[in-house]
Amino acid sequence: MTDIAATPRRPFSGIAALLRHGRYVIGENRVTGFAFGLFVVIVLAAVLGPYIVPYDPLASNTASALKPPSAAHWFGTDQLGRDVFSRVVVATRLDFFIAVASVVLVFLMGGLAGVAAGFFGGWTDRIVGRLADTIMAFPLFVLAMGIVAALGNTVQNIILATAIVNFPLYARTARAQANVLREAGFVQAARLSGNGEMRILLAQVLPNIMPIMIVQMSLTMGYAILNAAGLSFIGLGVRPPTAEWGIMVAEGAAFMVSGEWWIAFFPGLALMIAVFCFNLLGDGLRDIVDPQRRT
Amino acid sequence: MLTMVFKRMLVAVPSLIGVVIVTFLLTRALPGDPAAYFAGPAATQEAIEQIRVKLGLDQPLIVQFGRYVSDLAQGDLGSSLTTGQLVGKEIKARLPASAELTLLGLFVSMLIAIPLGILAATRPGSLIDHACRVMATAGVSLPVFFTGLILVYVFYYLLGWAPAPLGRLDVFFSPPPQVTGFYLIDSLIAGNFELFVASLKQLILPAATLAIFSLAPIARMTRASMLAVLASDFVRTARACGLAPYTVIITYAFRNAMIPVVTTLGMVFSFLLGANVLVEKVFAWPGIGSFAVEALIASDFAPLQGFVLTMAIMYVALNLIIDILYGLIDPRVRLEA
Repeated sequence: MTDIAATPRRPFSGIAALLRHGRYVIGENRVTGFAFGLFVVIVLAAVLGPYIVPYDPLASNTASALKPPSAAHWFGTDQLGRDVFSRVVVATRLDFFIAVASVVLVFLMGGLAGVAAGFFGGWTDRIVGRLADTIMAFPLFVLAMGIVAALGNTVQNIILATAIVNFPLYARTARAQANVLREAGFVQAARLSGNGEMRILLAQVLPNIMPIMIVQMSLTMGYAILNAAGLSFIGLGVRPPTAEWGIMVAEGAAFMVSGEWWIAFFPGLALMIAVFCFNLLGDGLRDIVDPQRRT
Repeated sequence: MLTMVFKRMLVAVPSLIGVVIVTFLLTRALPGDPAAYFAGPAATQEAIEQIRVKLGLDQPLIVQFGRYVSDLAQGDLGSSLTTGQLVGKEIKARLPASAELTLLGLFVSMLIAIPLGILAATRPGSLIDHACRVMATAGVSLPVFFTGLILVYVFYYLLGWAPAPLGRLDVFFSPPPQVTGFYLIDSLIAGNFELFVASLKQLILPAATLAIFSLAPIARMTRASMLAVLASDFVRTARACGLAPYTVIITYAFRNAMIPVVTTLGMVFSFLLGANVLVEKVFAWPGIGSFAVEALIASDFAPLQGFVLTMAIMYVALNLIIDILYGLIDPRVRLEA
């Protein structure tokens, strides 16, 4: 406390400042705060999921198959007697991982290509632009289907396909931002003091477009999860008996017409809540970073 | 006007070339040896070699590409491994089912979303505005296959209002004589009203699923562009001249606000064509989406490739139509071109 009193100009530093800023950001908008709370729950489920669930997500028990939700099985059991609650919680890790990995990958591909295109212009710009246009000429989900079917039915390829279909979005956002910064004062100052173009790109331009890119990443997280779940719903990527939301909904689909709603309902609900949370969070972040685009 | 249409068509050409190249590369990216893949797991070395020559895989890549393009130009999309049917023929037979579903879904969605967006924009901060915003965020968060299943559960299992989600027609009916391929229109042409009702009943749930899915972006865009137009000078002038609020909103603001909404339709179509695949799987709809999914399960690549290509060509064509419409609606675009 005495330290703080002695240096009133910088009352907080390091982690304390970060926490304070975070609290300010969340306090500013209750919806964003709510979404952030949900996000924490999702991350906790992803990290701790397998250790806290009451049942083994893969253990079948035909004696208690197709039981509706009860005190023992909160979300009921599926056709093999597996506990739906345990499976929904455990699946969080895989779905979250797919979303994060594809978003990071598309940032590395699209974000960097876009920055280079906007900063260098010329041929780089033309090639990146043409690539983005070609991808945009496909309905995105259909292209993702084609990519996964062609490259092979694995989780890695789901991640790659999701990243590729998001490429144009990232490339264009990054390009527009970098184009503006190309002739900015601080870039010219860096050039004047003898920095190479590549160094300016990575050390000056890239950090300055990061806020926008992070907003973009959180906005596409929801889409990435939906895309991956859609692909596994039609039988691509994740294979049974792995617990994953999309495939669980697909497995429960047949039972929906005979009234066993809980098998598909709860994984679908989890999926919906996760996507809703990422979309709200993305909107909230955008309002903070870029208030003019608030709708 | 014709110059503009022509110029737009020229712009679509590179997209088409890109689409053809990408679908070609997708086959070459098949894991392992495509010849062994097409020959099946039980094939001998000789049979594989034969297929390699038959498919032209022993030729350089550029020759293979030329062959692929010339096959395409003749409408040959290859044939399915499992059924032996020509892919092009199958897709052509199934396309009307998908088109009927998608177009009806889009139509219903526009019918609800556009008035909703206008109401929200004319009463900012009101209950309907908040409802519009919540719906727009919730709508994009709903996995389309999940919405479909919930609708099936509620309207088929619980309420019994809708028929079983098993295709375009109940087994007791036979399809109408084909004119357009759209059962709704064909049954009316045949004068069979009972059949019309039966096919409409089958269509309602899947079309509603697609409508709920595409509602959000259209409503959101209508609201945003309507807000921008309502704040502009010419609307202020119209109001100052004492025109009735209805005239101002419908005659002046609405027509100008529709321009960005038409542009969004391109993006909505990208999502709709993808969502269509999922909806067709949920409702066992015999369209091209379920054709592709069946091929996927059987690891049959030719139908899937044909499907991706057909979808992409349709999408490029749709975007072209939207671009041309855009010129028709907004004369300024025509002048610039």
